[in-house]
Amino acid sequence: MNGFSIGLFLRRPEFGAALSFVAVIAFYVVFGGVSLGALFGAASWINFAANLGIVALPVGLLMIAGELDISIGAMIPAGSMSIAILSGYYELPIAVGMLGALALGVLVGLVNGFLTVRTSVPSLIITLGTLVAVQGLVLAGSVILTGGASVPLEAPAWAKAIFGQLILGKFQVIILWWFALTVVFGFVLHATRYGNWIFAMGGDEVSARNAGIPTRRLKIALFVLSSTAASFVGMCGAILFNSAQVSGGMNYIFNTIVSIVVGGVLLTGGFGSIVGIFLGALTFAVVNQGIYFTDIDRNWSNLIIGVMLMSAVLMNNTFRQMALSFVPKRKR
Amino acid sequence: MSDNTPILELKNVDKSFGPIDVLHDISLKVRAGEVLCLLGDNGAGKSTLIKTLAGVHKPTRGTILMDGEPVEFSGPRDAQEKGISTVHQFGGTFPLMSIGRSFFVGVEPTRGWGPFKVYDRKTANEIAVKAVQDFGITRIDDGDRLVGGLSGGERQSLAIARAVHFGARVLILDEPTAALGVKQAAHVLRIVNEAKRRGLAVIFITHQVMHAMAVGDHFAVLIRGAIAADFRRGEKTREEITDLMAGGETMADLEAQIETYMQSHEGQPPPPAQ
Repeated sequence: MNGFSIGLFLRRPEFGAALSFVAVIAFYVVFGGVSLGALFGAASWINFAANLGIVALPVGLLMIAGELDISIGAMIPAGSMSIAILSGYYELPIAVGMLGALALGVLVGLVNGFLTVRTSVPSLIITLGTLVAVQGLVLAGSVILTGGASVPLEAPAWAKAIFGQLILGKFQVIILWWFALTVVFGFVLHATRYGNWIFAMGGDEVSARNAGIPTRRLKIALFVLSSTAASFVGMCGAILFNSAQVSGGMNYIFNTIVSIVVGGVLLTGGFGSIVGIFLGALTFAVVNQGIYFTDIDRNWSNLIIGVMLMSAVLMNNTFRQMALSFVPKRKR
Repeated sequence: MSDNTPILELKNVDKSFGPIDVLHDISLKVRAGEVLCLLGDNGAGKSTLIKTLAGVHKPTRGTILMDGEPVEFSGPRDAQEKGISTVHQFGGTFPLMSIGRSFFVGVEPTRGWGPFKVYDRKTANEIAVKAVQDFGITRIDDGDRLVGGLSGGERQSLAIARAVHFGARVLILDEPTAALGVKQAAHVLRIVNEAKRRGLAVIFITHQVMHAMAVGDHFAVLIRGAIAADFRRGEKTREEITDLMAGGETMADLEAQIETYMQSHEGQPPPPAQ
């Protein structure tokens, strides 16, 4: 049982994700004529993966806990508009804008969380409501306060260095945030008791509550985490691009869910891993952005994403069955 | 005389939800090292009774005594802390979690300090496997296996071992054998006997008379929320108990009726009641 074992690796939730990642790259190399050097030297897909990945981590935790948050689609523009209006239009210090953006994330997360634990309405519907509501709030607020739907923002150098610079002229600094957050989330989910609580809650909420887990508080915390993370991504985007728009972000809903599911998380909860979610975002980014490196017409990319999603889900199902029936050979 | 004081006793307990009376005047007691079998058909109020015992519901009238002292449970957690553990039909376990992890849900062992307290997988697995093996389930020897890969009987055993490990004195088993095959059910019944041997008070809920007769010391039959019969081991036969559960109408009578009908209608069974 010590050391590396194929059996142990096979029953990990991220196995399917690792396989899809390799398979997608192999597909592009073989059929698209992509050179690996060009792909790994390019920033576009890693930038894409980092923005997606930061949102996918907490949403993935929510999914493991048996809930879903699609309001992130509105929270990304909400985050960038908050900081742009506060620090760009009203010229308040950038720190105030950041706090404002994150505070809005916390607030929306609290609303999502409280509504989910207090009612029996599925979180998909509740966050659909907050998705649309936040969209409206941001658009109307922006037009009333600034008279437009796009606001410029000039961030000071220190803020740009931490949240919105381009390393080597092309890699967004948010990639480092993504790596760091992956480590933190991985530690929390897999090494602490809170991670165990999240799995238990997603597996059987009633039993988890009977075992003394504060399921309500935990769930609210997870919702706060996901909308704050989305707001953070929006905030970093505004600092990087020196402006914010009310539109955009809707693609994230679909992209996040796909990358989480490709990453081996069970849609109904109770199973998944952070490495899987990380690899899922990476795989999704390669499919989505890698097509530009190929000779393939990029109109095909959605077809490839669809096929990849289906095969990933089927594969993950198979691996989960294997994991369930896996019995290590007995030592005699 | 402390040996004779029941661990858990219900005295004239009623439970109603609004205008609907679910339990009437229930009085029960269970002592250490004794198995009380609660028999009843579907809808007889078994679930409500279990939930009242486990602290989910508060009795509308009447008292619950533990060790002769009246108690009131503020919730399932409180009842658990006082030593009452409920194991549900499917074990109440988490199919996609490892044995070690699900054994310690909510009370995970950790090592390290401060924010770096790490879940101690090795200790958790060792304790969980040992606890289950002590109950005679030697087939479970790897705490990393997923619970969903275990058989129904093994899952029940895991849940019972868990309850005992965390200091349960009263074990409420809610239809533990209902979904199991013959062999698996025998497995669980052995575990029930082992729990009894260790001095636990067991409340065994079932509608399978055979299973009840195999382990029970004391029997109570529940019909429409009231105790219809209360007797000790050996005082009634299997047929008598089945008849009681069917609501007084004897099974033999029913069979005879159907038989007569079929004879007079060319072997056709009676049509369903309108």
